[in-house]
Amino acid sequence: MRIVHYINQFFGGIGGEEKAGHRPEVRQGPVGPGMALTQALAGSGEIVATVICGDSWFNENLEEASRTVLDLISQYSPDLVIAGPAFNAGRYGMACGAVAEVVSKRLNIPVVSGMYKENPGLEVYRKHAWVVETGDSAASMRTAVPAIAAMVKRLASGQEPEPGTYLERGIRLNYFEAERGSKRAVEMLVRKLSEQPFTTEYPMPAFDRVAPNPPVRDLSKAKIALVTSGGIVPKGNPDRIESSSASKFGKYFLGDRDDLTSETHQTAHGGYDPTYANADADRVLPLDVMRQLEREGVIGKLHDYWYATVGNGTSVANAKAYAAAIAQDLVSHAVDAVILTST
Amino acid sequence: MVKEIERAGIPVVHVCTVVPISLTVGANRIVPAVAIPHPLGNPNLPPDEERKLRRGLVLKALNALTVEVHGQTVFE
Repeated sequence: MRIVHYINQFFGGIGGEEKAGHRPEVRQGPVGPGMALTQALAGSGEIVATVICGDSWFNENLEEASRTVLDLISQYSPDLVIAGPAFNAGRYGMACGAVAEVVSKRLNIPVVSGMYKENPGLEVYRKHAWVVETGDSAASMRTAVPAIAAMVKRLASGQEPEPGTYLERGIRLNYFEAERGSKRAVEMLVRKLSEQPFTTEYPMPAFDRVAPNPPVRDLSKAKIALVTSGGIVPKGNPDRIESSSASKFGKYFLGDRDDLTSETHQTAHGGYDPTYANADADRVLPLDVMRQLEREGVIGKLHDYWYATVGNGTSVANAKAYAAAIAQDLVSHAVDAVILTST
Repeated sequence: MVKEIERAGIPVVHVCTVVPISLTVGANRIVPAVAIPHPLGNPNLPPDEERKLRRGLVLKALNALTVEVHGQTVFE
């Protein structure tokens, strides 16, 4: 079985965040985690080439990136593609997912990946790949590699993967059940009525959607607040917000400040190249123009505080809790609308 | 985070680069940004031009807040 492996600039050994803008390239044979995968595959598949692309470049040029990576992959006529594992790296997961989509659709071959269950790439692209569950960081590479290899071996042998060995794809499977549907339904109903536990055969997807609020009537009378998940904090990061998996958010006083500079502000965010935000934090938290628009009367008032946390690897539950606390504070300050920026 | 702010009754616009993530998360008003490490700036531009670009994006975001939307809307 011929395999092409897709990885990012970091696992490709090209560099860290400063190289996240790296354009797609291809190398012969396995690279980085491909070495361990080759070993774990023990001859049941060969990584003939590795496509490497910077995470930021991929996400900022989604269509061109998918097309280019597909071209590089097709040259090698693979039978299967492995993407990642991406763990909880959001941009990497999105890239792996996009590769899975374009490869499965255009080349009609299976794609195997590995992700943490909260990776946004899983949510967006789950239909297109066999994704094994990994831990949230590369520390779980040791368990991710054998799991991916086992999945590849199973596909190589022509067998359908066992449900439970991969993260649900949202695709219905056909199988034969001993009892007919009406009987199972009545049994379930009886259990439900007698308050006994039962397992649904068709779990409803949990759509957590919030309806949009009515728009702001008159901006020139509105109080607007800035919130960011891009980690903009006063220089020195006084609250010590972590660069990854933030355990808190910060609320900071703006006073009459009308600009953020490299002397006064920085980003606490890891996972993206901080050079640009550290040089001028307005690039993430646009205080300078908000103040300008306030003076011009375009907006009524800029709220006296801004709120920041770090989105990098932060769990959904924590992000939710921070934002709920921020929202409460915004309500108590009679803020009319919010601009939330993300990196 | 956008969803919790929306849930509290405050209209919110999400300015971000990776729009598919924002859509998945459930933001209702979305304005696509410049790039991941500098969503509201472009270090390759002279400072004046960069500020103009940022002003344009912020105005687009503010405008999005004044528009009635009935579902997820990307303001290109």
